[in-house]
Amino acid sequence: MHGYQLRAAFEESTGGTWPLNIGQVYTTLSRLERDRLVRPLPKSDEGQRPYAITDAGRAELAAWFATPIGRTDRPRDELAIKLALALTTPGVDVSAVVQAQRGATMRTLQEYTRLKARADQPADLAWRLVLDAMLFQAEAEVRWLDHCEASLVRHSPPPLRVPQATPDTATEASPR
Amino acid sequence: MSILELHDVHRVHGSGPTAVHALRGVTLHVDEGELVAVMGPSGSGKSTLLNLAGGLDRPTKGEVVVDGTVLGDCTRGALAALRRRRVGYVFQDLNLLASLTAAENVALPLELDGVAVRRTRQPALAALAEVDLDGYGPRFPDELSGGQQQRVAIAGALIGPRGLVLPDEPTGALDSQTGEAVLRLLRSRVDAGAAGVLVTHEARHAAWADRVVFLRDGSIVDTSGPLDQPEELLAPPGGGR
Repeated sequence: MHGYQLRAAFEESTGGTWPLNIGQVYTTLSRLERDRLVRPLPKSDEGQRPYAITDAGRAELAAWFATPIGRTDRPRDELAIKLALALTTPGVDVSAVVQAQRGATMRTLQEYTRLKARADQPADLAWRLVLDAMLFQAEAEVRWLDHCEASLVRHSPPPLRVPQATPDTATEASPR
Repeated sequence: MSILELHDVHRVHGSGPTAVHALRGVTLHVDEGELVAVMGPSGSGKSTLLNLAGGLDRPTKGEVVVDGTVLGDCTRGALAALRRRRVGYVFQDLNLLASLTAAENVALPLELDGVAVRRTRQPALAALAEVDLDGYGPRFPDELSGGQQQRVAIAGALIGPRGLVLPDEPTGALDSQTGEAVLRLLRSRVDAGAAGVLVTHEARHAAWADRVVFLRDGSIVDTSGPLDQPEELLAPPGGGR
């Protein structure tokens, strides 16, 4: 396969969820070639250079499929950070932050569901499973936000006030 | 056209210091072809809302209108007739009578409404076929899987001229695939012109709705509708046009 075919194959399997630019494909191919995981074949008449996977490449691929992805390999969870900071920053309405996020995540979930409702051909299986991955992640986020909201209500943390709050209310802020 | 309208609906259980405000001024319209999901923690008023919408309960204050009929103005008999003819409930369980076959369960609302038994058979079998249960008419509920039972319940909820379907956690004990099949079915029935209010605590199921309403302590705190351009979700991050 040559670069454009690889890109097309990737995008077809993932429903175009993560568009690739062709430059990325070619830099990856040259890195793979450098590491002897693929080898170049003679150029076609159209000037495209196809690549073939090597035995070492096959072994690397098998290892990749066999290795679970660690949570720590993923980028920091900005939302969790945002909520933690909202809780500890005076003057921030944490429930409003939770509600705004939940509304947005719910809308995302609705849209993924609409896309999924349209993809009901057996040939769409790979794409549907990618959509499911995003659906389950969004659902988990909504559940976590529900949990945050419930915890906020249950523990009703002492309202954090901006520094110029009256001394009375500031000293009332003992945990219950 | 609105099939269901709730205008500033309140429901208080009990009175005095122990009174419980189950709903506090809820206003909600559900149009033909629209599915609205209601989410919220336990005790937020979800089931109360559904019971009021279906005329199983009366509001303390405010108005519930189904198909242009103000439920508060109805006599008991008129209300029961409206429920039989226009409203279909789907519960998490206890949907089917164990001593009746699938076809008899589906036909029950028509029979209760006075339609002759021999004239209910055909619509019941057609309703079963529509939920992919062709040939399952003679089976009893205990001969059906959970998902099949739930589909029979939906067939029963939407048989006849009933345009308002009120499912309360209809996917309760079902696995994710079967639950999804039930929601797809509900969605397609609503798309065909019914109106629906779905109570669920699962966001993935609520996502089949056109609108999601969040209840807390008896009030609507938030509503989420769809985006205009679902494909935008799939654009490269930061690579907007």
